[in-house]
Amino acid sequence: MGSKRLFVDFGSTFTKLVAFELEAEELLARVQVPSTVDEDVTIGLEQAFDLLAESVPLGQEERRQTVACSSAAGGLRVVCVGLVPEYTTEAGRRAALGAGAKIVGSYSFDLAESELREIQETAPDIVLLTGGTDGGNKKVISHNAAMLARSGPGVTNIIVAGNKSAYDEVETLFSGSGKNVIYTSNVMPEIGVLEVAAANHEIRNLFIARITEAKGIGRARSMIADVSMPTPAAVLEAAKLLADGTNGTPGIGELLLVDVGGATTDVYSVAKGAPTSSSVRLLGLPEPYAKRTVEGDLGLFHNLDTLKTIAGSEPLPEDFEEAVEAMCRENSVPEGEQQTECHLLLSKIAVHSAVDRHVGSLKQVITPNGEVTVQRGKDLTQLQWVVGAGGPVSFSADPVNVLEGARFERDMPMLLKPKEPEWLLDREYVLFALGLLAQSEPEKALKLMKKYIVHL
Amino acid sequence: MENLGCVITGTVGVDAHVIGTKIVSRALREAGFKVVELGAQTPPEEFIMAAQETAADAMMISSLYGMAEMDLEGFRDKCTEAGLEDVLLYVGGILGVSRRDFPADEAKFKRMGFDRVYPPETDVRTAIDDLKADLSRKRAERP
Repeated sequence: MGSKRLFVDFGSTFTKLVAFELEAEELLARVQVPSTVDEDVTIGLEQAFDLLAESVPLGQEERRQTVACSSAAGGLRVVCVGLVPEYTTEAGRRAALGAGAKIVGSYSFDLAESELREIQETAPDIVLLTGGTDGGNKKVISHNAAMLARSGPGVTNIIVAGNKSAYDEVETLFSGSGKNVIYTSNVMPEIGVLEVAAANHEIRNLFIARITEAKGIGRARSMIADVSMPTPAAVLEAAKLLADGTNGTPGIGELLLVDVGGATTDVYSVAKGAPTSSSVRLLGLPEPYAKRTVEGDLGLFHNLDTLKTIAGSEPLPEDFEEAVEAMCRENSVPEGEQQTECHLLLSKIAVHSAVDRHVGSLKQVITPNGEVTVQRGKDLTQLQWVVGAGGPVSFSADPVNVLEGARFERDMPMLLKPKEPEWLLDREYVLFALGLLAQSEPEKALKLMKKYIVHL
Repeated sequence: MENLGCVITGTVGVDAHVIGTKIVSRALREAGFKVVELGAQTPPEEFIMAAQETAADAMMISSLYGMAEMDLEGFRDKCTEAGLEDVLLYVGGILGVSRRDFPADEAKFKRMGFDRVYPPETDVRTAIDDLKADLSRKRAERP
């Protein structure tokens, strides 16, 4: 095998294939073909290889070494079942999001029959069961385990990441249920302590071992080396590497990354987000250093209604609705001046709203000792880097304008968005591939990142 | 003396006004309770850990510096996660901005899941009588 490396992203709309030359530290080519996951994932993969081979000579061995990520077939669909919404349910949600999952349901306290039916109908890939700190509440997680144990075929994989003291009982409840149950350490071992890494790891393992097979994406393994993680997890890996660097090479430092897609807008921050003023008090569950949030209602093509509603409060260009509808029908790159303008506006709104929801906020509280400022979530005001990614940003006519949506606003001073960020852009749309490469060759991946993530 | 139950006491957050909680602790002991006295400036999480370790029946939390609402945000929920869903929660002191608006403060802390809420200058015996009554009611309810 030469020093060529190939990476695939099985998306819901496109199968994307990227080729790097590692010796020369170069991007050789990037191609995409319509997704064929519904039919047979290998057809699209074959087409992508053929298309790539037109510009890059490919050997069989190089094809076989290809590593993939996937967000096709609905992505990695997870239901979180916890105890208190703000504590173990939220901790579970964060673990799932960090693993690149799409959260398709959240439940708290004792599950009711109707909720169990709802979960069965949702038929998630994984149910993440949490509840209680270690040595804490056992009743609720046991009740919920008993409910899930007698659920129908809609529930297959269950990861238990709750009160360890309840595990003996939970194990007894699940025995003979026919469910694939995996036990890992608690996402909230103590009050106020968030430990999502272990659950995160088990979610990714299940994704590789069973879920890709169940979705038919695993068929690709007959042609390539592996489907190793969900696409958002690959992007998070890329963001972590870019910020933190490797053992030998420093990264660029803390960053915010916005990935606008057709169906969702994902925001990643690799930053501590501690208060930047000493007089501010921090409240709420601790934030993960590498945090992902996803706005399922802010995709550029599949959720235009939400975007139009939000846009309603801003001045709209003429014939906005028409242009938007035309764009929706074509589900593609905007054509002509009018569509380009609408596309820009919508992308900016998606970035704006998604970053608003990702960052922390301040609130003034009046006490007998005067006003006290309370912070929830991450303070990203001093952050230097904002990275734009995803088709609608990467291929935008004016990416700076789109990314401006992530900037701090004077009339919204309580939202802790970056005040003086510098803009970076994944211009070639290769972040996912670099996140995958980072798993085996972090030094090379970092070098390629510094080359292809360009300063605007 | 008979042991009526175990109570955790202390001032929450970064409040250092410790005299009230000392009086409460002493009176509780004299009345026959086992007392775990955490003293001044106790983080909410420490009340919870102490209660888990000692299988406490109740917590009597003091706050005089006006930040109790912030310090105790989500406290009942935290207790629930920690397996302390049956613990009695009492809070007393200067709980809001205005001393005069005690009913509003009381309603607020009851909504937050506290069983009893006391204004400053409450006679400690009142709280202890309430505690005895609440505990015997709880014990009678138990199957």
